[in-house]
This record gives sequence, C-alpha cells and structure tokens, in this order.
Amino acid sequence: MADQPLIHARGLVKRFGDFTAVAGIDLDVAPGEAFGFLGPNGAGKSSTMRMIGCVSTPTQGELRILGMDPVRDGTRIRARLGVCPQLDNLDPDLNVRENLTTYARYFGLSRAESRKRADELLEFVQLADRAEGKVEPLSGGMKRRLTIARAMVNDPDLVLLDEPTTGLDPQARHLVWERLFRLKQRGTTLVLTTHYMDEAEQLCDRLVVMDAGKIVAEGSPRSLIQTYSTAEVVELRFADGLDANADYAAKLDGIGERIDPLPDRILLYADDGDDAVSEVHRRGLAPASVLVRRSTLEDVFLQLTGRTLVD
Amino acid sequence: MAAETMRPLHPVLAVVERYVLLYRRLWHASVFSSFLLPILFLISIGLGVGGYVGSIEGVDYLSWIVPGVLVSTAFQICIGESTYPVLGDFKWVRAYHAMRAAPIRPADIVHGHLIALILRVEVSVVAFLVVVLFFGGLHSPWALVTPLVCALLVASVVTPVTAFAASIESDSYFALLFRFVVIPATLFSGVFFPVEQLPVVIRAVAYASPVWHAVELCRAATLGREPTWPIAAHVGYLVLWAVVGLVLARRAFKRRLED
Repeated sequence: MADQPLIHARGLVKRFGDFTAVAGIDLDVAPGEAFGFLGPNGAGKSSTMRMIGCVSTPTQGELRILGMDPVRDGTRIRARLGVCPQLDNLDPDLNVRENLTTYARYFGLSRAESRKRADELLEFVQLADRAEGKVEPLSGGMKRRLTIARAMVNDPDLVLLDEPTTGLDPQARHLVWERLFRLKQRGTTLVLTTHYMDEAEQLCDRLVVMDAGKIVAEGSPRSLIQTYSTAEVVELRFADGLDANADYAAKLDGIGERIDPLPDRILLYADDGDDAVSEVHRRGLAPASVLVRRSTLEDVFLQLTGRTLVD
Repeated sequence: MAAETMRPLHPVLAVVERYVLLYRRLWHASVFSSFLLPILFLISIGLGVGGYVGSIEGVDYLSWIVPGVLVSTAFQICIGESTYPVLGDFKWVRAYHAMRAAPIRPADIVHGHLIALILRVEVSVVAFLVVVLFFGGLHSPWALVTPLVCALLVASVVTPVTAFAASIESDSYFALLFRFVVIPATLFSGVFFPVEQLPVVIRAVAYASPVWHAVELCRAATLGREPTWPIAAHVGYLVLWAVVGLVLARRAFKRRLED
C-alpha cells in the first residue's frame, strides 16, 4: 500500500455528449503528496475531481483510486476519502457540531466517536466556540473551514479540495491555507484544484497545469517556473498604453528572453530584471510604471497557453 | 485505521438519523398542519356539518370522516416533505451531494427519506388516533391497523412524488403537481363523502388515487366492517404505486447524483 500511488490514471477521458471535459490525462499521486490541478475555469479540473471522488464514471481510460476500481468499489473508496466541494453544502438547519456528527455517522462512526471527532476537528479549524451556533451566520471563511473539518471526520487517506479558497477574502484565504498546510505537515495527502497560482505555490508539492481538458505541463511550482519562464519578470506600463503596447513591444525587441504585450501592460521575461530595466531606459523609453518581480505560475500558464488564468 | 471507521451503521439509518435530527429541530413548525389542523377539521366539519348530515352509512358523520381526515393528513405531510425539501436538498442545501461524497448510495438516500417519513407520519397518526378516541370516533379494535395502512400510503405517495421532485430543475413544476394531482386527490378520495356520490367519470379519479384506497382500508378498520373492494385489491394497488415509485425515485436520484 505504501508504495502504490493513491491515484493512478492513464488516458482518462470524460465526455458529456459531444463535449469533452477531460481529454485523456495521465497522473499518479503518491501518499503524503500535496498535488494540485491548476487551470482556468472549464479546463476539466472539476470533472477530473468528480471522477477521483467516484461520483462520475470515466468515459474511457484507466483509473485506480487507493488501488481500487472506482466503478466497482466506489462506496469502499469513498469511505476513505474526504471531500471539500466547490459549493458549500453544509446543513443550515443543523448547528455547527451537528453538521460534523451527522456527517461522521454517514461513515459509520459510533455516536461517541462522532462527537469526539467533531470536537477535535472544531478545535483544529478554530471553530470550537461556535459549536452550538447556527451555520448561517458564519463567514465564508468559517464555512469553508467547517467544510474542511467535515471532510476530515473519517480520518481520510486522501483529501480532495475543489477550489478551496475561491470567493474568500484575502485574510480568510490565509487562514484556510494555514490549516491546509498543517494537514500537509501531518502527512495527509491533499489533492486540490485551483485557478489561483499563489494557492498552488503555497500548498502544492507538485502540480499539473490543465487547459482544455489536457495536461499541458507537470512539475513542482519551482521546476515549472524554471522550465517555462525566466527567474524574473518586468512589468511595464506606458502612459499611452492599451493600443500602443504592440508598438512599444517592437521597440523593446531583444531585451530579455521574451516579450509579451498584454492589453494593459507589457511583460519582459529576463533572468536579471534590473539589467532589463536599465536597457529599457537606455533605449530612451519612459514607462509610466516599472515593476520587477519574481516569475510566478501565472507566467508559466501565460507562456503555455497564451492566456491569463483569471479573466 | 480507516477500516475501523467503516460499517457498524447501515448507511440508510445514517440518512434516517439526519431527518430525525432535523425533525427534532423543526417539529414545532409542523404541529399546526399535521396535528391541530386535522383536529380542527374534525370539530368544524365533523360536528358542524355532521349536525346537518346526521348519520351516513349507519354511523355518525364525525366517525365516518375520522379515517378520511387521518389519511388525508398523512397524504399532506407526504406531499409537503417530498416536494420543496427534496428539490432543496438537491439544489440549495445540496445535502444529497454531501451524502453522495460519503459512502452513501443514491438508493440509500431514497430509502432513508422514505423510512424517515413513515416515522414522521406515524407520530401524527398516533397523536390523532389518541385524540379521536376521546371523541368516540373509533368503533373497532381494527383501528390499530390504521398506522400500518398509513405507512403503506406513505410508501405509495412519497416514492413517486420524490421521483418527480428529483427530476425537475425549477420549483414552479410543483404548481402542476398541486393543481392536477394533490387537489383532485384530496377532493375526490372519499374523505368527506362517499365517492359513489360522484359522477362515474370523476369516480375514476378516486379509484386511481392511492388516497381513496387508503381511506377505504382505514374506514373499514375504524368502523369494523368490510372495505368497498377486497382488502387484497386495495393493498395491492398501494403496493403497486410504492414499487413503481421506488424504482422511479432510485433512478431519478442516481441520474441526478452521478454522471
């Protein structure tokens, strides 16, 4: 068990009628890994997660979860999964603790065990003081933490998180990340989807970039940046930008390794950003603003697909 | 470690437990409709209208309508609990999706919902019977089988209605159900008068409705006499609805929760 991957997929395809959501992907997730699917909306991340969660039957290809066949052993597999869905589905008529105990009973835990687990998990997600309270008044971040706690009631071998921080404000996101990071440190295997590159960088040991149902790149956040981008990126904004950016791009030709004119700014990919900026000034160009920053997965995605992650 | 957490509790019972917990939180909201209202019906129509009608088929009017009000109350609870709450647990609460992500199969959810509703209806049925006993509305020890008949009615109504609720996207479809199924089934099922009073064409509505069959069985029980049709025919018809409804409900849940 220790050696075999928790998720093993070869040529995995999911079609809905004429529409192909997942167009043949291969992946292996090892125990203890934090694995991410990065991609824009509609890339096929959620469809893949639903197949891994054994609620969607693969159209084609091979899929093994925890060494079992999701079609034949779906119930046995789900008993060992924790799922945090994209849309909160907490029970508004039950209180915070009951949401966990009721869910624990779905996994067959005894009443006493359910109660014990619920209290431990409420402590873990910092909601112990809300145990008797209603769900509705909780903030978005608290609800998400409660949903994560609920996904942990059965002490799962594999936790699936679909867009765990979408729709949360920055502070709430950091609190969720911090809890997920702790799970990761305990050795829990996490699989998550996200269209936030900072989330992927924070949480994932390894990730695949998905676009139009296919995996277009795979690796650790650092190795993806090394392979598909430069160490630094210079963002230039010109006062008369927007329509003029293509012209400026021509004038910048030859600086750095690559130039990407976007509608609102120009990206200059260079291993030394400051050198590149000096060269821009030497050519007599006067951008309204200059930002030198490290490359991110956003740049990787742009390079791979020619599009930004979040529209 | 995960193996220890598996399986001491049947998944259907876990689903039932959720409904029981919800009912314990929300029961007071339904006391009026499922307990007080039927008693008020008995008082106003049973005593008020009954004062004019006198006796019907050899018994006082109140005693005659007791089984009708009993069954129609059970029917109303079934409709109420299998329409908006079911669609809501798919669309708004998404509680069924949460169950589906756990080791609960769509059929477990259907069975759990049905069992929970039988329990829920039995609470109202027993409370109603106790009150009616004091009105002198029960004329035979056979009245003890009425909870069983009501359980069968629940199965025959809840399953097809749940299947319907699981198959629609918008709650506006419920208006069709109320107008063309629930209201005719309530008006023309022998609750307040014998269906023989109706023109033959409308009588067919009564014969088609599970409510009429349950009313006939309950009336036979509380009055201690033979029902209109053979018992096996009434029971068989209700069982037929329950079986077909169950197949449809399981299929609808599976279709909605899996792809």
